[in-house]
Amino acid sequence: MALDKLVLEVLRSGGKKARYELKFRKGMTVLDALVEVRERQDPSLAYRHSCRMGICGSCGMNIQGIPRLACQTQVSSLGKDVVKVEPLHGMSVIKDLVVDIDPFLSMHTFVKPYLIREDLAERDGSDREYRVLSDEVARFLQFDYCIMCALCYSACPTVALDPDYLGPQAMAQAYRYMADPRDEGWDARINLLDRAHGVWRCHVAGSCSFVCPKDVDPAKAIQMARVEVLKKRVLRRTAKAGSPLVNPAPAGAAKQGTRAPPFDFKEGGRG
Amino acid sequence: MVEVIDHDVVIVGSGLAGLRTAAEVMSAPRGKAPTLGLVSKLALMRSHSVAAEGGTAAVLYPELGDSLELHAWDTIKGSDFLADQDSVWKFVTLCPDEMRQLERWGMPWSRKEDGRIAQRPFGGHSYDRATFAQDKVGFFEMRTLYDKLQEFDGWSRYEEAFVTSLVIQDGTFRGCTAIDMKSGRFVFFRSRACVIATGGAGQLWKFTATSVSTTGDGIWLAYQAGLPIEDMEFMQFHPTGLIPTGILITEGARGEGGHLLNSKGERFMERYAPSKMELSPRDVVSRSIMKEIAEGRGLKDEDSGLSYVHLDLRHLGREKIDSKLPFIKELSMKFVGLDPVDEPIPIKPTAHYTMGGIPVDDNGRVIGGGSREVKGLWAAGETACVSIHGANRLGSNSTAECLVYGRVVGKDIVRFLASEADAAEGASSMVAEEETRVFDGLLKNESSDDDVYAIKARLKEVMDKSVYVFREEAGLAEAVREVKALKEKFKGVRATDGGRQFNYNLQDVLEVGGMLELAEVVARGALNRTESRGGHSRLDYPQRDDANWLKHTLASRTDGGPRFSSVPVRITMWKPVERKY
Repeated sequence: MALDKLVLEVLRSGGKKARYELKFRKGMTVLDALVEVRERQDPSLAYRHSCRMGICGSCGMNIQGIPRLACQTQVSSLGKDVVKVEPLHGMSVIKDLVVDIDPFLSMHTFVKPYLIREDLAERDGSDREYRVLSDEVARFLQFDYCIMCALCYSACPTVALDPDYLGPQAMAQAYRYMADPRDEGWDARINLLDRAHGVWRCHVAGSCSFVCPKDVDPAKAIQMARVEVLKKRVLRRTAKAGSPLVNPAPAGAAKQGTRAPPFDFKEGGRG
Repeated sequence: MVEVIDHDVVIVGSGLAGLRTAAEVMSAPRGKAPTLGLVSKLALMRSHSVAAEGGTAAVLYPELGDSLELHAWDTIKGSDFLADQDSVWKFVTLCPDEMRQLERWGMPWSRKEDGRIAQRPFGGHSYDRATFAQDKVGFFEMRTLYDKLQEFDGWSRYEEAFVTSLVIQDGTFRGCTAIDMKSGRFVFFRSRACVIATGGAGQLWKFTATSVSTTGDGIWLAYQAGLPIEDMEFMQFHPTGLIPTGILITEGARGEGGHLLNSKGERFMERYAPSKMELSPRDVVSRSIMKEIAEGRGLKDEDSGLSYVHLDLRHLGREKIDSKLPFIKELSMKFVGLDPVDEPIPIKPTAHYTMGGIPVDDNGRVIGGGSREVKGLWAAGETACVSIHGANRLGSNSTAECLVYGRVVGKDIVRFLASEADAAEGASSMVAEEETRVFDGLLKNESSDDDVYAIKARLKEVMDKSVYVFREEAGLAEAVREVKALKEKFKGVRATDGGRQFNYNLQDVLEVGGMLELAEVVARGALNRTESRGGHSRLDYPQRDDANWLKHTLASRTDGGPRFSSVPVRITMWKPVERKY
């Protein structure tokens, strides 16, 4: 499609649609278009942005009906010369495209998203390092890609119906720490997930994974967390990772060092 | 009415340095943790630190051959001998602990085969000591620290609050004023201790790797408060900024074996740095790229008009690119539509890192005029100038600096608060004056003689043209004249959006006002410094001149513009020698 101009149609505060006509240039993103509007046409237009490269998570908005990051959405990829932009659905609007993400962030905090260890002195005050193998990192790394942009939260049909639902982002983060061999917080987190507003409310619509700009795949994390919850009901399990190495370790000591046992469902988990 | 908010400590800025400071302050023994307010013009996790890619330097395994001495020497040589050597030594000794602390807080470091923390080669380092987590190191460090903070109570987040001034009376910090963007209200954060951790000033340039938020606010706040700022003429241009936007392609791409090729397909670094080649320090590589382009061996992007060279990763193969450089692949595909597995990446040097900043001592305490500290004020990270980077920072030393000094400052503040009993007092007249400046002076007019965005765009063009990798007298003098003229025009600028909530137009006006003053310091400092050292390269003075210029620049604000002075470099370990790679 040969574009030489486009119309940006923005749903602004108060429900009015503003139309801005712009010249198209090659490589133009929806964020570029918004910047141009604020700088050349209407300085009162409010939207969030920062990094321009899809890593800070600021510029989530609804573009042509789908939650996306404006900075990495090429205008040309939308195939339209009228681009419709709205604030993220399911969140309260503060001004124009700026929405309140505090409820979303509080769910993240709720699932205890940090490494839990019994020995706090070791975790916070020692000079040790835990030994983790690359394939163990791979079990949780994908879920650690989350940039907290809230696109999944906005897309989730269950969030829209149940304000107390933890939502895909928070449950993916809970699972991220559960799958980390260094973590000992399995018991603390599992009860947060095994509840009416937790993993069982997910209808497996998969919209979270569909819109995620970082391939985190929260829907998969929720399914993995469900397996853990079921196992909790069947097996009484304790979770204790191995002791860390004292550092520095003598050269060549690698093979003898204790490392955390792998997180293996078939064997009924750790411990 | 100004809303007054009281805390023991206020941290301005929520990037790596700010979050690390917060984690350290909140880690104080139970019952002794101060109350903390974390203030940022962005929401948390949106800071530019998330864009750091390649690695964090630390000597992790001395038993395998690395050493603190080597890290210090590489850093000092990389700085072109402008770093303060005692500070560098303290810095390198603290780096390893930080890598392991993050490890114990959940950082997903990439691993060696035996499960220990992996490290990769980086420019100017003579050992593989860039600790990494794929190619999103800053992002994962931010996630780890943000998540860690969720464990603590007793801190408050003031997101999207734009700080407009520091209130300092009789050499003592009293608080800072801010606009709460959500409500549009004017707020006074009153505290006994304050840390400025707002990052650098990369947005002075158009072709830049930095976030739009990287406007040098904190450095300007200190400058505006009458404190000197240091070495601002030293800006780092990272060799590999993606055409046409300047966003960063990590040095890790060369660390993993990527080549730089000119239009003839030659690995041109052979001409300039035959031993270190593509892994020379950034200033060396950036100059080499610009020489290739100047001598007609570059390529040209017709749409943007920008000249460039190629970063070639094709020989690394799909598997290595997918496992070690997935973000580089993602950026190339999403922003220029090419897969680095099949095509070379178009790049040129991009404004990246502010070596200068607010001068601080080894505890991160801000040094005021005449080497006196300002009681109660700290700076950390890119905002600060310790100086451990001197005239050129080595890659992977910046995230390390944020972590190390975040911890150092956090500890120092806890000590300071324990020994300083007096509560913070108001400074109501200064707060009221600032409210008048912002709201009556800039907001309520709703008409403007000049366009703030046109001024900002022109400033960036001037900086890209004349205060870039190579500089010379005529261009710098012209840049100084242009910036002064823009400052003059700016006097007629007001916010044309009269609203209160999320008035980004007002924030833009405040930012640009600061940017113009910082640009003046950068351009005049560069004009003054008649030598070439590290990131400051003068075509008309191509040699380093230790006899006259082995010293730090200080700039203080006056009504007529910056007043310059200097302080000596602390040479405690190695005498300056010729810098060759």
